[in-house]
Amino acid sequence: MAVIEANNNNFEKVVLKHTGKVLVDFNAEWCGPCKMLKPSLEAVAAHSSDAKIVSVNIDDAEELAEQYNVASIPCLVLFENGKEVKRSVGLIPKDAIEDMIGGEN
Amino acid sequence: MYDIIIVGAGPAGLTSAIYARRASKKVLVLEAKNYGGQIINTLDIENYPVEAHISGFDFATKLYEQAKGLGAEIVFEKVVDIKDNGFTKEVVTDKNTYSCQALILATGSENRKLGLSNEEDLIGKGVSYCATCDGAFYRKKKVAVVGGGNTALEDALYLADIAEKVYLIHRRDSFRGEDATVNLLKEKSNVEFVYNSNVTELIAGDRLEKIQVTNNDGSVREIEVNGVFVAVGRIPENQNFAKLIKLDQAGYIIAGEDCNTNVPGIFVAGDNRVKEVKQLVTATADGAVAATAAVKYINNR
Repeated sequence: MAVIEANNNNFEKVVLKHTGKVLVDFNAEWCGPCKMLKPSLEAVAAHSSDAKIVSVNIDDAEELAEQYNVASIPCLVLFENGKEVKRSVGLIPKDAIEDMIGGEN
Repeated sequence: MYDIIIVGAGPAGLTSAIYARRASKKVLVLEAKNYGGQIINTLDIENYPVEAHISGFDFATKLYEQAKGLGAEIVFEKVVDIKDNGFTKEVVTDKNTYSCQALILATGSENRKLGLSNEEDLIGKGVSYCATCDGAFYRKKKVAVVGGGNTALEDALYLADIAEKVYLIHRRDSFRGEDATVNLLKEKSNVEFVYNSNVTELIAGDRLEKIQVTNNDGSVREIEVNGVFVAVGRIPENQNFAKLIKLDQAGYIIAGEDCNTNVPGIFVAGDNRVKEVKQLVTATADGAVAATAAVKYINNR
């Protein structure tokens, strides 16, 4: 699966109403570490059947960043059945992303 | 067996790899985190010769591709120990052990923390070490900057244009950073200077709410802030080399401009070396010097 773009309009449908796991990547165009993280997320998305991976550009979705208390990016938030279950701030390697999705909550 | 192993894939390490590969040496670069090092946090590099503007991410990626393109092997493993067996050096990572003829240490440095108990937990919830990375989340909010060097002053100046209020907290009564920046800060109506003080507690619920600030005279004050930006310097990442390599009191590897350490065949490049000017251009310069020295060391044996 490819990484899905989400914003204020479709966040509810794409993330909150989704049954199962969704990993949301809060990022921005000007954020270097976010750009470094992107290839890892794309690789995980391509191989993972465990979770849907969603990208939110915080400059296009300020309300979402505020609502989810994002105060530093990259910020990965794992939702399960619409509820936040895990969070990771900062650049992490691909293995750590897989652990985040795959591990027991 | 490699000719040269380089620890660290920042600007110094990757430049070393370029020089070593162009001298036809077999090169392995070991990196614990991401390639590029701390430069990836820089939005716009304006002082590196030739390109007037380039993002830290683009700079790092081009450098990484250049080193790879020349045939350097780059492996993401954390180096935990190094050993000097005389003719060869041994490098132990969290996954493997490698050996080489010459070793270049280009590990750079990391942010110094305040050292408060809940600090780590509050990263991304009000505690930040990078104003240009996280400042945008504090529009019309209250923030504190801690430190007295140029980074702290520049962070405060940057945040003054974004945040409603900026407290600049410094443990002394004057700044180490440039007077020109201090003067610009004094003209900002929303910047308050808190001298002779240390942050002694981070008060938080789900996120940071207040900081406790203790004056050198013993008086204590609580300040309501949404964010605290820590700019109290950096720590060289040399801890794993300390058994073998001579460090100064602050933990930097003692070496002159020739990048030679106290151990023959082990060289140092970049921000983890004792030096006056820590800039991108001096890091890449160190990379060239250290690699050239390593090549010469191997060829003369």
